[in-house]
Amino acid sequence: MQVRVRALESILTEKGYVEPAALDAIIEAYETKIGPHNGARVVAKAWTDPAFRQALLADGTKAVSTLGHVSKVGDHLVVVENTPRRHNMVVCTLCSCYPWEMLGLPPVWYKAAPYRSRAVKDPRGVLRDFGITLPQDTEIRVWDSTAETRFLVLPMRPAGTQGWSEAQLATLVTRDSMIGTGFPKTPGAPS
Amino acid sequence: MNGVHDMGGMDGFGKVEVEPNEPVFHAEWEARTMALVRAMGAAGAFNIDTSRFYRETLPPDVYLSSSYYKKWLLGLEDLLVDKGYLAREEVDAGQAMMPAKPLKRGKFTTGDVARIMVRGKFGRPAPAPAKFKAGDPVRAKNMHPLTHTRLPRYVRGHVGVIECDHGCHVFPDSSATDAGENPQWLYTVVFEGRELWGADTDPSVKVSIDAFEPYLEPV
Repeated sequence: MQVRVRALESILTEKGYVEPAALDAIIEAYETKIGPHNGARVVAKAWTDPAFRQALLADGTKAVSTLGHVSKVGDHLVVVENTPRRHNMVVCTLCSCYPWEMLGLPPVWYKAAPYRSRAVKDPRGVLRDFGITLPQDTEIRVWDSTAETRFLVLPMRPAGTQGWSEAQLATLVTRDSMIGTGFPKTPGAPS
Repeated sequence: MNGVHDMGGMDGFGKVEVEPNEPVFHAEWEARTMALVRAMGAAGAFNIDTSRFYRETLPPDVYLSSSYYKKWLLGLEDLLVDKGYLAREEVDAGQAMMPAKPLKRGKFTTGDVARIMVRGKFGRPAPAPAKFKAGDPVRAKNMHPLTHTRLPRYVRGHVGVIECDHGCHVFPDSSATDAGENPQWLYTVVFEGRELWGADTDPSVKVSIDAFEPYLEPV
């Protein structure tokens, strides 16, 4: 594959379609700048600022655009909130739609057949694969990303974090907790 | 099309395997492939719907046995050949042999990188009033187009409820075949798990899709 891709890149470069340095810059951005830390900041802010939380749930794109320190997001970011009564989980059964700007590039499991096939039919079984069991009466809402809307789960704030700063809280927010296949870390637990 | 990419509800693929401390890319070629697809798309060689369609039309055995970025690479090669940006002989020979075809937005350079870090805009002015509103029961049509669609098979024929609308968006079914943007109203439609999977299904499960108006009919 390495040889084949290198050959394709050199043909496309030779034909004047792309500049290799531009490809380097795209890759660097996804490797260093864009990742779950962006989403974690948004979640931590929502946990500490009720007005922001409300704005975020009303219009994700608009609310995130007010945070200068988080990378810009495209239109149609929908933030869905976990509560004791409802757990949200995001999938793309048709391909791999994922909120790149908030979470970076998706992990392999998110794009692979086991998750894409089962998330909509047996979400509790899928959650068990992640080591998670939810009370039987908790509603599970699965969001299949079939259009250009992108979904970010706002997980519940962990207990025992009163008085924590946004920056401290952000360290508890995991990627999977924003997909709905995990929970935030618990204070003091090994990471 | 009713391809193997439409995986919702299929059985037999096994457990979800999570790789601890997964790197962003597993090999250099994966990173280069991702960047090439983004760059060629941004330069105007194709739109996102067409690129998805090309991955979906890979032969089923190839789709199922190829890694994610291998599918991206195969789809990209086929697409560039079909659109005239690349000749199959060039892929086989590993070097440029034909003159370049001009790109809609010109060569992709470092100056273009910032603009693709924010997703494109898909909202469009409404060509007509919305047919449905929040709370309306709707049926996902029993339709089986041979080309690209974003209506997954597992909801077709089933009744759900409109939860909200997202305005009008580019219609992937048209856009994928270069038939124009043909904007359509987009709705979140919620289905009870039991409606989709039968009476034995866990009653606490609800599944939503985002459905374009032409996918839906009143109940």
